[in-house]
Amino acid sequence: MKRQLMVFVKQVPDTKNISGEAMTPEGTVNRAALPAIFNPEDLNALELGLQLKEKYNFKVIVATMGPPNASEVLREALYRGADEAILITDRAFAGADTLATSYALSCCVKSIGNVELILCGRQAIDGDTAQVGPQLAEKLNIPQIAYVEEVIDASGKSIKARRAIEGGYEILESPLPTLLTVIDANEPRPASAKGIMKYKKAKTRSEVAKQLRDADYTEAAVLAEKETILRSKNLWIHEWDAAKINADVNRIGLKGSPTKVKKIESVVLKAGKVVSIEPSEAGINGLIRELIEDHTLG
Amino acid sequence: MSNFFTDNKDLQFTLANLELEDVVKFRENSYKQANEFDYAPENLDDARDSYKKVLEVVGEITGERIAPRARVIDEEGPQFESNKVTYHPLTINNLEDLKKADLAGVMLPREFGGLNFPVTIYTMMTEMVSRADASLQNLFGLQDIAETICEFGTEDQKQRFLPRFACGEADGSMDLTEPDSGSDLQSVRLKATLDPKTNQWYLDGMKRFITNGCSKVHLVLARSEEGTSDGRGLSMFICEACPQLVVRRIEHKLGIHGVATAELQYNHVPAELCGMRRRGLTKYVMSLMNGARVAISAQALGIAEAAYREARKYAAERKQFKTSIDKFAPVFTMLTSMKMEILAARTLLYETTKMVDLRWAYGHLVEHGKPEEITTDIRQNDKFYAKVAAVLTPMSKAYATEVANRVSYKGIQIHGGTGYMKDFNAERFYRDARITNIYEGTTQLQHVAAIGGIVQRVLDPIMDKFAALPYQGKLMRLSTQIHEMRKKQQIAVQYVAEKKDSTYFDMVTKHLVDMETYIFVGYLMLRDALKVSERETIAERFILDAVPEFDRSYAVVMSGDVTLIDNHKEILDY
Repeated sequence: MKRQLMVFVKQVPDTKNISGEAMTPEGTVNRAALPAIFNPEDLNALELGLQLKEKYNFKVIVATMGPPNASEVLREALYRGADEAILITDRAFAGADTLATSYALSCCVKSIGNVELILCGRQAIDGDTAQVGPQLAEKLNIPQIAYVEEVIDASGKSIKARRAIEGGYEILESPLPTLLTVIDANEPRPASAKGIMKYKKAKTRSEVAKQLRDADYTEAAVLAEKETILRSKNLWIHEWDAAKINADVNRIGLKGSPTKVKKIESVVLKAGKVVSIEPSEAGINGLIRELIEDHTLG
Repeated sequence: MSNFFTDNKDLQFTLANLELEDVVKFRENSYKQANEFDYAPENLDDARDSYKKVLEVVGEITGERIAPRARVIDEEGPQFESNKVTYHPLTINNLEDLKKADLAGVMLPREFGGLNFPVTIYTMMTEMVSRADASLQNLFGLQDIAETICEFGTEDQKQRFLPRFACGEADGSMDLTEPDSGSDLQSVRLKATLDPKTNQWYLDGMKRFITNGCSKVHLVLARSEEGTSDGRGLSMFICEACPQLVVRRIEHKLGIHGVATAELQYNHVPAELCGMRRRGLTKYVMSLMNGARVAISAQALGIAEAAYREARKYAAERKQFKTSIDKFAPVFTMLTSMKMEILAARTLLYETTKMVDLRWAYGHLVEHGKPEEITTDIRQNDKFYAKVAAVLTPMSKAYATEVANRVSYKGIQIHGGTGYMKDFNAERFYRDARITNIYEGTTQLQHVAAIGGIVQRVLDPIMDKFAALPYQGKLMRLSTQIHEMRKKQQIAVQYVAEKKDSTYFDMVTKHLVDMETYIFVGYLMLRDALKVSERETIAERFILDAVPEFDRSYAVVMSGDVTLIDNHKEILDY
């Protein structure tokens, strides 16, 4: 059997390209103003996974937990060379904090089995917690190497990786299976044209069902037939719910999340007034005097 | 950070509105490959959707990766040491990105690993690559070499070379120019000799100004027929980089610094014939050049787009006299004319590529189709589109490349003193644009190539169709103006023909080509305005600007003033 590695990815609101007000007046995130994108460091994790595939012949399984339309990031991963994609989706997962999320992801890993390496981006640009990767390793009771820049060797039963530390780097070796959180240290490959043209047709069950509904087909047999065809062409994106991954309903979603959001505040940073200072002896002296009076200097 | 496809409304309009149905159907051979290749389209909608999605990725790569690297590449360029060219590390990153995105064999058939895209879509990529880094286009565009081998090579040559191009392993160069043969390629002297014992060809001689002359695979125009001195003694050869093929030096150029332009010395380089003997220049190089001319039009357009955008941004941000300078009439008129010329060049270019695609399609049907399937219609279309493409290709190159020069010139002007400094991109665009109306045939030679078809009124059937579209109101009034121009053009062409003075004809050729361009683009603008009403203002602006320019050229042609023929020397010698 081929060696397997998993990359966990997340669809996030694009906090760098905000097209309107990022927050609603009620203080929640205004999703409409934020286009959904592939979390940037997850692309680095995927890139590392694909490099390992090329070097050591790993099978790369990409998974994400999210709403049905998060399948878009899975297709993006397929365009770049991932072998298989899983969408973990269920209303019961909604409202999960990092604890409930990492629990659900651990259930997914266990139901696949024989996963030697798990790659996660260091953190997602929406929550910025950097907790899910490490928590997932703990849930699976496997070692982890965080802040990974590159893998030096993964040919045998252990992995040697270089990770960033303050003021330098260190090289660690860990027995497999291991989880890595990956930082922005490689250049993710672009989507490939052939990948796009093939995998744009990759669909989840819900997407196929919706297509059929739109075309006025409702028979289960038609759906099953479609599934067989897509599976045979490797165009089937698995859609797994809580039951499929044997998740304890009390440990997922809001129920499984001890984190309570007390209040969200929209902080608006306003620029102060602009003062222009003449580039002359007098102007500079005036500025220094002002800064001293202000206790900024001295 | 931007996406050069999704931020370009006009390019997206072009893709959405070009009627590519026939082009795609022929290219895809009625979608027969869908069962054989998982990335082949099943129908027109599938193909269109794929084009759009792939162009979006090209837009992302060019906008977010390639463009930010362009300035450093321009400053530092490739290295040349002990006869070896090393490209800038960022150029290598660019090529890697394009390769990983499967963009090294865009038009090649799928059997050889290509995407089998039409020229039109490939040209849109060319435009975006050039907008990001004009010099990179010279490397990206050399996949045309593979295209030529695909058209004219043997099955064995295709099998050996094309997959290497498609996967990005091999790069190419087109070795035509020699120290004494530039515009006049018929006089090429590089010698090809056949060793009768081994049946092996060898090349000896010099080539100059060879873009990417350090390539792995060279297509070489050489004199295979001893004792000849014209184009019919030339054949085309394929050779590989080897110790006998020496890169003597690379040029220090005004622009397109990112790509090496080399002088090559052939010391008995083993080579193989591509296609038939004696057809090197007359058929293969002409075909190669026509492809390259389309690509250079797109390169010019990409540079113009980049220059316009930076100028517009600068004009909106730069404050003088307490207001941003784009509020001043001299500045916004310059910006508007830049934008208008870009829109005009784009509509002309992609109408051209559509015709080139149709010529390719009918040409293939006639050459490779079953005899019983080749109807009279197909034969007529083959001839028709060949003629149309032969007029539009040089017309488009002449127009787009001169536009790029004007636009990048104004780009600096709008920046003022800042634009003259190396700190801004404006001066790079200006330098890069300058080669476009020189290489692959100067503008003056494009005029010569286009004029025959203009005199024969090759575009008339197409213009008749445009003229018959259901215009109303403002568009109808504008179409009447174009119609008037067409009548005058017919008079002018007839006048020059009846004069039977070849020097006068050569003198006014430029004007006749310009006039035909105004008319043809005017119709394209009207046609586009019928599709989206917001383009009415654009069509109106183009035609209102074209009328006085047209009339000026018309007056020059009709003046019959031949005095310059007699007295130019007197003036020059003063």
